[in-house]
Amino acid sequence: MIKRLIPAVAVGALMIFGGYAALFIAPDESTMHAIQRIFYFHAPSGMVALMAFTICFIANIGYLVGRKPHWDCLAVAAAEVGVAFNTVVLITGPIWAKPAWGIWWAWDARLTSTLVLWLLYISFLLLRDLIADPDRRSVFSAIYGIFLFLDVPLVYFSIRIWRTQHPQPVILGGQGSGLDPTMRKVFYLCWFALTAVMAILIRQRYQLERARNEVEELRIEAERQISAAGQA
Amino acid sequence: MNTARAATTILVKEVRAEFRARELLNTTFVFALVVVVMFSFAFDPTAAESRRFGPGLLWIALLFAGSLMLQPSFAREHANDTLDALCLAPVSPFAILLGKILANVIFLGACEVLLLPIFAVFYNVALMPVIGRLVFVLALGTFGLAVTGTVFSAVAAQARMRELLLPLLLLPVLVPLLLAAVEATAGLLSDTPELQSTWIELLVGFDVMFFTVSWLLSDFLLQE
Repeated sequence: MIKRLIPAVAVGALMIFGGYAALFIAPDESTMHAIQRIFYFHAPSGMVALMAFTICFIANIGYLVGRKPHWDCLAVAAAEVGVAFNTVVLITGPIWAKPAWGIWWAWDARLTSTLVLWLLYISFLLLRDLIADPDRRSVFSAIYGIFLFLDVPLVYFSIRIWRTQHPQPVILGGQGSGLDPTMRKVFYLCWFALTAVMAILIRQRYQLERARNEVEELRIEAERQISAAGQA
Repeated sequence: MNTARAATTILVKEVRAEFRARELLNTTFVFALVVVVMFSFAFDPTAAESRRFGPGLLWIALLFAGSLMLQPSFAREHANDTLDALCLAPVSPFAILLGKILANVIFLGACEVLLLPIFAVFYNVALMPVIGRLVFVLALGTFGLAVTGTVFSAVAAQARMRELLLPLLLLPVLVPLLLAAVEATAGLLSDTPELQSTWIELLVGFDVMFFTVSWLLSDFLLQE
């Protein structure tokens, strides 16, 4: 219990500190003012979602290679957490866009690709819900997951050529980009905090999935014994 | 039996089964036709407007039709458990998948041959001057649709609600293909027709990548 509690409390404290830093320590942005502060959670959430989907992809390959159930549990945990962070991006984005652009949504490159990414992984989770047999669910969702992840660069690339309106990347961007040093520190702090939240959520969901599998196996075994006793 | 011969056998079997039943092609073609007609109510089908939304309409009709047509590709093997028999045959799983992909390319191609003239007449677009390049774009798009659609039809065949599930699995993955195919077709139907190499490269990339992945994953896809 204590072993589980300590990381959760630590991550909670980190998030509180991250929120405080984003609201009070980071300097005011000259044109957008307060609304710009959402950026400290919006952008890192997007990066964390991509990290989670990458973990899902690795787990998909891991499952197909070794057929060990724990890879499958990791895949579903990472996909669900990734979708959650992706949803955060899609909600915080329009909140920022309304005052900054004057509209909630624009079919700009990044918005569109983030939405497509969300749809892709929603289909992945739907597929898992609809395959009843556990072994088949693991194999076929792993195959689909690999297709999905390889599609992501194509989606980004094609939509990028198609149109772009989003602010250019300011982190690791090209020339002329860059952040105030304090802003940069706060940004990295929030990114680190959200990554820690992701790690804890994936761990929790992974354990839940393993427990669920165990219950399922016990149920099947119990039914088998009951029917054997009925026949005898 | 080598892969090419095995794939040809499967291809012939698929085509023969379809020509005996003739249900897939008829239904898909009529469905695509209905979509094309319904669009004329959603937009004003004047010549200028058609040139703007025509390429998108054509590809949306093809993608929707494809996502419905490819669904029975594996699901129909379930009726008599014939997929197990296929998998027991001493051929590589990739040969089975390849045969089915090629059969679906033929079926989709047949639909397009029927649909294109009707589309040209209804929406008043001149296809003949660019027909060679248009067929090239259609071939690249159709191949990508057939590859991903056939693989996902094997995936969806394992699930409940498979008729509804395949479009859900397929359409988001096809976003890059749809964009590239629509933009390439729009380039051909504009006042100064040209084949934009960026979109062709993207289509070729999509096709090559997913065909390779299908080949690599075919063992897992068909061994269950």
